[in-house]
Amino acid sequence: MSQVRSEAIEALPDLVPGFGLERADIAFAVNGAAVSVNVPPLRRLSQVLRDELQLTGTKVGCDAGDCGACTVLVDGDAVCACLMPAASAAGTSVTTVEGLANGRLSALQASFLAHGAAQCGICTPALLVAGTALLETKSNPTEVEVQDALGGILCRCTGYRKIIAAVMDAGRFQTSTDGAAPHPPAGTFSPYNDGEKGQAPAPATPSPRHSRGEGKGEGQRQPDSLDFGLDRRMPTKGNAVGASPVRLDGVPKVTGGEKFGGDSFPTDALAVLVVRSPHYHASFVFGDLDGWVKKHPGIVGVFTAADIPGKNCFGVIGPFADQPALAEGFARLRGEAVALVAGEREAMLDLDLSDFPVRWTELPHFLQPGDAQAEGAALIHANRPDNLLTKGFVERGDPEAALAGAAFTVSGAIDTSYVEHAYIEPEAGHAYMDGDTLVVVACTQAPYMDRDDTAKVLGLAVDKVRIVPTATGGGFGSKLDVSLQPLIGLVALKTGRPAALAYTRNESMMSTTKRHPSEMKATIGADAEGRVTGMVFTGDFNTGAYASWGPTVANRVPVHASGPYATPNYRAEGRAIHTNGPISGAFRGFGVPQATIMQETLYDELAGKLSMDRLDFRLKNCLRNGSETVTGQRLESGVGIFECLDALRPHWARATADADTFNSSNTSKKRGVGIASCWYGCGNTSLPNPSTIRVGIAPAGEVILHQGAVDIGQGSNTVITQICADALGLPLERFRLKSADTAISPDAGKTSASRQTFVTGKAAEKAGRALREKILRFANVSENAALQLDGAALVIREGEATRRIDLATLDVDAGGFVFRAEETYDPPTLPLDAKGQGKPYALYGYGAQIAELEVDLKLGTVKLLKITAAHDVGKAINPLLVEGQIEGGIAQGIGMALMEEYIPGRTENLHDYLIPTIGDVPPIEHILIEVPDPEGPFGAKGLGEHVLIPTAPAILNAIRHATGVLITKVPATPTRIRAGIREKDGIRDKEARA
Amino acid sequence: MIRYAKPTTLDEALALLSEGAWRVLAGGTDFYPAQGAKPFRDNVLDINGLACLRGIAETESHWVLGARTTWTDLVRHPLPAAFDALKQAAREVGSLQIQNVASIAGNLCNASPAADGVPGLLVLDAEVELRSVAATRYLPLQRFILGNRRTALLPGEMVTAIRIPKRASAGTSAFVKLGARRYLVISIAMVAARLVVDNGIVTEAAVSVGSCSAVAARLAGVEAVLRGKPAGPALADAVLSAPMAELWPIADVRGSAEYRLDAARELVARAVLGACGLTNDNSMVAA
Repeated sequence: MSQVRSEAIEALPDLVPGFGLERADIAFAVNGAAVSVNVPPLRRLSQVLRDELQLTGTKVGCDAGDCGACTVLVDGDAVCACLMPAASAAGTSVTTVEGLANGRLSALQASFLAHGAAQCGICTPALLVAGTALLETKSNPTEVEVQDALGGILCRCTGYRKIIAAVMDAGRFQTSTDGAAPHPPAGTFSPYNDGEKGQAPAPATPSPRHSRGEGKGEGQRQPDSLDFGLDRRMPTKGNAVGASPVRLDGVPKVTGGEKFGGDSFPTDALAVLVVRSPHYHASFVFGDLDGWVKKHPGIVGVFTAADIPGKNCFGVIGPFADQPALAEGFARLRGEAVALVAGEREAMLDLDLSDFPVRWTELPHFLQPGDAQAEGAALIHANRPDNLLTKGFVERGDPEAALAGAAFTVSGAIDTSYVEHAYIEPEAGHAYMDGDTLVVVACTQAPYMDRDDTAKVLGLAVDKVRIVPTATGGGFGSKLDVSLQPLIGLVALKTGRPAALAYTRNESMMSTTKRHPSEMKATIGADAEGRVTGMVFTGDFNTGAYASWGPTVANRVPVHASGPYATPNYRAEGRAIHTNGPISGAFRGFGVPQATIMQETLYDELAGKLSMDRLDFRLKNCLRNGSETVTGQRLESGVGIFECLDALRPHWARATADADTFNSSNTSKKRGVGIASCWYGCGNTSLPNPSTIRVGIAPAGEVILHQGAVDIGQGSNTVITQICADALGLPLERFRLKSADTAISPDAGKTSASRQTFVTGKAAEKAGRALREKILRFANVSENAALQLDGAALVIREGEATRRIDLATLDVDAGGFVFRAEETYDPPTLPLDAKGQGKPYALYGYGAQIAELEVDLKLGTVKLLKITAAHDVGKAINPLLVEGQIEGGIAQGIGMALMEEYIPGRTENLHDYLIPTIGDVPPIEHILIEVPDPEGPFGAKGLGEHVLIPTAPAILNAIRHATGVLITKVPATPTRIRAGIREKDGIRDKEARA
Repeated sequence: MIRYAKPTTLDEALALLSEGAWRVLAGGTDFYPAQGAKPFRDNVLDINGLACLRGIAETESHWVLGARTTWTDLVRHPLPAAFDALKQAAREVGSLQIQNVASIAGNLCNASPAADGVPGLLVLDAEVELRSVAATRYLPLQRFILGNRRTALLPGEMVTAIRIPKRASAGTSAFVKLGARRYLVISIAMVAARLVVDNGIVTEAAVSVGSCSAVAARLAGVEAVLRGKPAGPALADAVLSAPMAELWPIADVRGSAEYRLDAARELVARAVLGACGLTNDNSMVAA
């Protein structure tokens, strides 16, 4: 190896002993301060910022430039820090999200908060950085300029519309003092997390002991500092419900201070790598693992199923639990974990797993339900004949007779694809031993379920496992299942050292759950007056290699496949079938979005046969108060679907007229308008589903809310608090939140099934009222009394009388409260009988959407023009957050309709697997309908999943309206749309010739 | 044991290249994704210290794009209208973050069939300047990219520039890209077209299609059909019946082979009209 003249090297040595690259000192400026790091010159800048400088506001979502989450400015230009070698940063000036606030939030940061442009917050730093660069050159950008500037950053929560609005509107948040804010002097750091002004990045993250309680919200809001002057739109006492304050957990999301799963790794943590099956089905044997460890300096150990001290079998639904944390002897799917390698971080970064001693023997596999059900097909689980996991069934009346007697019937079949959740934060977390308690600090949607499954696998008592949820960078259902929790837990348990792991995008996509692909068939009949008389539906759902939430999908689908329409004669069956494909689990809607495509596209066809307007047909058949559902549940009140559809009438008239006008003068492009509805039962299907909320008054005069409903971006930290505030009768601004840490807060259940606003909200309402009651009783006043916190005193007024309670004089309980209440709410449901009859949900939410679009007939491409969404939320606790849910759900519906198709082995990254970008979501008009449900808190219903359900069928109906072609395999890609058009034109040509 | 070097002069870089096998690091936007989470095991020659390779120059006979010139550099540089297709393509390379660092030469050396930069360079008759310690040679772009991920780069050689002959920088041009979403998308198909129109007649035509064959291809049949025709909407009809034997698309997750052929023909028609200024509808990216 020859020397290179040193002057050629820019202070970087070129010769390196050992495999890896020798380190070099690299000097540059970050957020105005000079820094020098000693790293290998090819280390990604994103790693340097996060690991060396603790600037964890820069996120890593894919390490390939596909998501843009790592965007920083280098000498003013936006770049992906994951694609830049540290060597290229030498001598430059780098700006990260931590550098945007100069003593106070920048105008763009304030605008993001005001517009609700940050939901989970994982993509927010990148958007802010790129948006800041745009605003430097264009202070009043157009929508297209914003889209062009931010097109390289994916967001999975917001649907982008509020991001566009926030950037375009940033100028309004420019204050006269803003520009005058002093720049930090050279040599110091800008404030880098919320509220710790002027603090330089610590050289090391706190040791595990000190990091206890990290995660969001342990959650006091940091003392105001950067956000002074920010209008938080705090509602006055008693007016929290219905107001749209800036989300209570918002400030850290825009400063980079928020800690997600990968943002608080202890510096002494062992790094963990997961060895995964490269095959869909294979047996395997390990070679000399100990010898391999010895050959690799810095590697501490290899762990396999043989090391698992507990029951190597987990699953979200106890009776169906079937998944090993580490496979035993054979793997049932590509990406299944078979072994863990743990070692020192630098050694692990240079570890090549290609010589890992494992020998694979590939076995036959099948990925399609049809093959799995074929005569003699091998069983993926020996105890599940025909590879059938389970089926759900609902029957009412006599559907065959009804269809036979119907004036019109329509039949069809629709297939849908695997859909990947594609949250921008891959699973990440760390674990450590605190005495004899295992602490797992990770992103999640379900801390208590994580605790129970982790304890089971590791053979620990549940009270010896503590789950500390970090901020969660999107979940959408997949972070309900445990992923890395038992894996890092095992390493911490076995080594006694902290263990840290962040999934790569590839392993996140390979190994975690998906939306079920479906193969559905249905027939619907109506009488001559256009009243639906009967429906039959069958759906096969590819549930992949393990059960996960397959049973839930199989059961939810038959209950919902009628749509929110009165269907007196009905039979629906949903089957969950195992294959060696990716595990299908929970994804926003549990199979209902798929089933709704089937039903709503047939409704359009039926309306056509009846020569009825498509909206009128739906209005005629929709459920009303007093209707009975297909499970025989009589809905006494709170049914808002008529109101949703009715509210869309003027939009429908305008949209169809617009399309007609356009179509009369265009031939190569055609516009179409489509409509579809949804209904969705909130909470578990006929199963217990409790939430518990604890709230109390601390001696210092704060209301402490143990808010255990994990906020994965949807806003439960804010909404639950708003409900509790009004129930208690104290102002929102006096609330401080405790997080969903299982050692701190009671179980508020999982964040799924659109249940948090309803179920936990109801618990918060009850707890707030109970606390109020206790205080009133203590003060011996009636329920008409008004409460007020005046510093550390509680002032109670009733009429002319005033009572002042000095909180410091009261006894403080073990939880730190002088008054406290804890209440549980479990929604009243009834089991479904053998025919699926019963009361599966205590409450339903409703909605309907219109899609307007333009199809390029020659290319088969779709340009969305507008979505109009009317959703009955009972009561909009926080209208801005409701809008955010609607826009985000629609964006996912757009993806499902037009582009998202996960193909195992082919699309395990974010450039082959496409989700909508900022240029793919059209303007959205929301119409909030409030038909209160007496069961919900302040009348509120859930909404998180509802909002996605109508979008895809509305789009498919609009494509058919535009082209005459119904796409029966989703997504409706340009290839499929164009093939449909060609086929139709071919048929037309043949008919013309005949 | 691996080597890393970041030379600051071309001579040093070429000297290093002559010593053995190196992986060249330029913008990094293909380098890092290819690396993934694997450790480095190749010698890496980081050419980001070679200031001389970045920028656009004009000689008597050529426009010369330095190998390290980024797509953003290209967009910002005033160039004749014949480069419009290339500039439009530049704005579709990945995202702004990618365009800010990714080099033009890197796009060629990566040799992806879906490289957005190639069709726009093909219609400019671009040639690639290859240098080694021993020699400098020039290859037409068609003879530089040999196949999917295959180039004519010899051991010891690196791309130092892309040269556009002045004679090929006449006329006007347009680029259309077809993808399944608006931004950050790998093309299903893309087309660049450059036309020289004299007195209303197409005197010169260059048309190139990417993502529809292992290497982006010039469409000789289409070009022949266009030459001599009046520049007008009827050019689209001429395209729709012209031979496109150069296209051999594959089916993949982005589209079927049949669809690609069908769409490519339509895109060619639109690009040709766009190059004549007859339509500004060249943002064909879906949605």
